[in-house]
Amino acid sequence: MVGRITPLLWLLFSAGGTVAALLFPIHLLLTGLAFPLGWLEPPTYESLHRLLTHPVIRLYLFVLISLPLFHWAHRFRYTLYDGLQLKHLTELIAVLCYGAALLGTAMTAYLLWNIG
Amino acid sequence: MSAEPHYTLYHPRWYRRRVSVWWWLQNRSYTGFVLRELTSVFVAFFAVVYLWQLRALAQGPEAYGQFLARLKTPLLLALDTVAFLFVLFHAITWFNLAPKAMVVRLRGKRVPDWVIVGLNYAAWLVLSGAVAFVLLRG
Amino acid sequence: MPSTVELTVARYRPEKESEPTFQTYEIPFRKDWVVLDALNHVKDSLDGSLSFRWSCRMGVCGSCGMKVNGTPKLTCATFLSDYLPGPVRVEALDYFPVVRDLVVDLTDFMRKLKQVKPWIIRKEEKPPGEGEYLQTPDQLDVYKQFSMCINCMLCYSACPIYGLEPSFIGPAAIALAQRYNMDSRDQGAAERLKILSEHDGIWQCTFVGECTKVCPKHVDPAAAIQQYKLTGATHWVKSLLLPWGAR
Repeated sequence: MVGRITPLLWLLFSAGGTVAALLFPIHLLLTGLAFPLGWLEPPTYESLHRLLTHPVIRLYLFVLISLPLFHWAHRFRYTLYDGLQLKHLTELIAVLCYGAALLGTAMTAYLLWNIG
Repeated sequence: MSAEPHYTLYHPRWYRRRVSVWWWLQNRSYTGFVLRELTSVFVAFFAVVYLWQLRALAQGPEAYGQFLARLKTPLLLALDTVAFLFVLFHAITWFNLAPKAMVVRLRGKRVPDWVIVGLNYAAWLVLSGAVAFVLLRG
Repeated sequence: MPSTVELTVARYRPEKESEPTFQTYEIPFRKDWVVLDALNHVKDSLDGSLSFRWSCRMGVCGSCGMKVNGTPKLTCATFLSDYLPGPVRVEALDYFPVVRDLVVDLTDFMRKLKQVKPWIIRKEEKPPGEGEYLQTPDQLDVYKQFSMCINCMLCYSACPIYGLEPSFIGPAAIALAQRYNMDSRDQGAAERLKILSEHDGIWQCTFVGECTKVCPKHVDPAAAIQQYKLTGATHWVKSLLLPWGAR
């Protein structure tokens, strides 16, 4: 079944990889290193909440989180299949990977929809 | 050709080597390839961190404060540093390979690879600048 | 410059052994010799039982592909002087069954090549009286690189996916399919789509890129495959959104 939607999964992988390549370095640098280490002032709770009221920002965040998750799912599935030669588990691996990505996407959508 | 025939003069017994589970350590290219593929794990890690931040923001200022405090712990700082390096590796290999998949033809001539790569890096800079601007202006 | 160099060659004689062994020969070193010259010297003067394929000895027939010091190479294009002080290790290509010594069986590739229909497919042939099919240099440029393939199989031997999943259709077959898909005279892209977009077609490829690295004719099969992934995916989306057959 997964085989029939492979082109779609590849498109999601490509889109996610592009989003991750273009946007993750700066987000990671700021949120993961610059803010915690005090190099730069992190945005306040209020300013972030103000940003989140814009539907464009919510859409941006949805894309920012969900597409890279699908990128990981597709790539990691093949890494396990080829790298560890887990051919007999191929169906299970596919379900777990894409399932996890779907779960993350659903959680993101739920949070963004309901955020005050 | 799954059953190995007995050796006969007219059909010899072929030899097939089994591919080792450590095939990816056999040369630098293969190892570099697997490292590139493993960047996806750190991409997923950071997506989850951002999802976590979103959840903290939804729960209120105290939760957000707790989230920020957690990011300052040595474990998360270490993970974030490693993740940052892997995400950079992903970005660089992604941009460098982009022209292979994306062939653009203008007026019959193929746009040279370095233009596509350059456009990707330019977009990277512009978008990074925009994100930094939005997050830093307070 | 030394006067001799050691050549360590993989031997496999199914009539007396079940696994390949290595045999070392000391051969004269000449700075203009390639590995194929060394192998021919062994066969002519030292050990006539050594079996290997070769033909044109100038890099256009694709017969002499072997692993030299672990890397797939055309032995007629690989100079001994690049491997000084030696020893130079020569083995049969990976991922193909070894028939004898350095000779591998290529039936699998031949079958896959036929499956991608590597010829011009026309819905209707132009009658000869109407003249030739015309093609501009720009149209030629679109597929020319992929037409350089000499079927030497170095790319298959470099592709770990082919090693792990022998049903994978492989780099050269896809590159050759693309050579015809992108030829302006060809109208057979739809016929090739089915075999290429199956699970063992292009979607097995994870863009390791080793095939392009070892190709002696600079065909760049990895690029051909990635381009076809985009084409295949676009086609899939179109067929989903417009199921009545718009193309």
